[in-house]
Amino acid sequence: MLILECPYCGVKGEETEFAGGGEAHLKRFGPGSSDDEFHGYLFSKVNPKGVHFERWRHAHGCGKWFHAARDTITLEVYGTYPAQTTEPPKDIKDKISAKRPGWSWREFA
Amino acid sequence: MKRYSAFAIAREALSYHMGWEKAWHSPEPRKRYDAIIIGAGGHGLATAYYLGKNHGIKNIAILEKGWLGGGNTGRNTTIIRSNYLQDSSAAMYEKSRSLYETLSQDLNYNVMFSPRGVIMLAQTEHEVRGYKRTAQANALQGVQTEFITPERVREIVPIINLEGPRYPVLGGLWQARGGTARHDAVAWGFARACSAMGMDVIQKCEVTGVRTENGKVKGVSTNRGDIDCDKLGIVVAGHSGHVADMAGFRLPIESVALQALVSEPIKPCMDVVVMANTVHGYMSQSDKGEMVIGGGADNYNNYTQRGSFHHIEETVRALCETFPMIQRLKMLRQWGGIVDMTGDRSPILSKTPLENCFINCGWGTGGFKATPGSGWGFAELMATGYSPLTDEFSLDRFKEGRFIDESVAAGVAH
Repeated sequence: MLILECPYCGVKGEETEFAGGGEAHLKRFGPGSSDDEFHGYLFSKVNPKGVHFERWRHAHGCGKWFHAARDTITLEVYGTYPAQTTEPPKDIKDKISAKRPGWSWREFA
Repeated sequence: MKRYSAFAIAREALSYHMGWEKAWHSPEPRKRYDAIIIGAGGHGLATAYYLGKNHGIKNIAILEKGWLGGGNTGRNTTIIRSNYLQDSSAAMYEKSRSLYETLSQDLNYNVMFSPRGVIMLAQTEHEVRGYKRTAQANALQGVQTEFITPERVREIVPIINLEGPRYPVLGGLWQARGGTARHDAVAWGFARACSAMGMDVIQKCEVTGVRTENGKVKGVSTNRGDIDCDKLGIVVAGHSGHVADMAGFRLPIESVALQALVSEPIKPCMDVVVMANTVHGYMSQSDKGEMVIGGGADNYNNYTQRGSFHHIEETVRALCETFPMIQRLKMLRQWGGIVDMTGDRSPILSKTPLENCFINCGWGTGGFKATPGSGWGFAELMATGYSPLTDEFSLDRFKEGRFIDESVAAGVAH
């Protein structure tokens, strides 16, 4: 069972209280972009075996979107943080680096 | 390899059944093969089998990280049907279903194919319309299905509760020639047939890297050394994204856990497969008497082969409404498998950005039924560069907007 903490209202809940929204930190491409860029944005997924950044919505709570850093092998949640950012906060990055030596944040495309 | 037959049983009885040889060899990997298939599940082994049988390519290694058929091949609910809406899907799944009919004879291995019939319940007006449309489409595609009345549903499934409080049964899509097969035996049978053709089925051999040169695959690195190949086939289901990453390209795929569970064995009570997509549960009875139940998929990326508990609760709740007699049943086992979901819920059998590398993935929640057909088409694609079966399932269909949208026809349950 996955337990997440909403960074807005501070409520801890299990996964049925939240709705998953897929990969986070996508760089969006719209009208005017090339076919390849649009295809990459819309369809190509990182789908990592390991650290994954994703969007969640506190559907049965405050209703707000937030981000979570989670491990897809162990289901460990490294942390959740508000969505108004282009990369995860430093403390979460440090926590992941400590757990997984060699891991580094990269620019998501 | 000695053939299995009634005569063989008599012959082996003379030596107290101590003389049976192993069903397949476990050789050390060689340095080079004409083709390497990553993944010795049903689809990978079927691909190798038809590469040998239909195209004469027999210098093949099939590499498996764990044990043979230990992934989704051994974790599904063994349902075989071909009542799909779109022409390209119906062609693929019907090819597969028809191959299943003679698979035991072809492989000389009893896969226990049981064409007992599959019924998909229509429990809303939308579903009634949808299934009637599917039945019409199937008639044009040459797939034998029919839309049946609730009375007929009760005749076929006496234990069903038609007057569900929320979702009464309004009819059903009936495919009499669908059914089940023993999933382990499908993997074992293909492995034995591959081994008999001189192919190397290598277990506990994990691919750790794909070596490329000038846009071509040169070979793979494994925990048992480097192996070179002329052609590479990636058939790794839930780990497709992971292996594609090694090869340097991305896929329109996300991996999630899908669950199934099985009850204690009871006396025969239901001799068909029943799927209820609105309330989301599907069930059949195995030859041992266990009720085999398919559950839901998680809605977040996941490689844990476990799945969340609330899906079990939802599925079991739905089935208790539909089949009141199973309410007191105890569940024996529950497990999960990692399924590779594409955006349009249809598979990908395709060339890749690498010239001699091919990928067969994206079967999502419904790959078992397609095992022989997928192998047949993918082998043709790998051998000749084109297959009418797989043409529509190419990787560039996403870019070009040629989706094969089966999510409505198939629902979540497969």
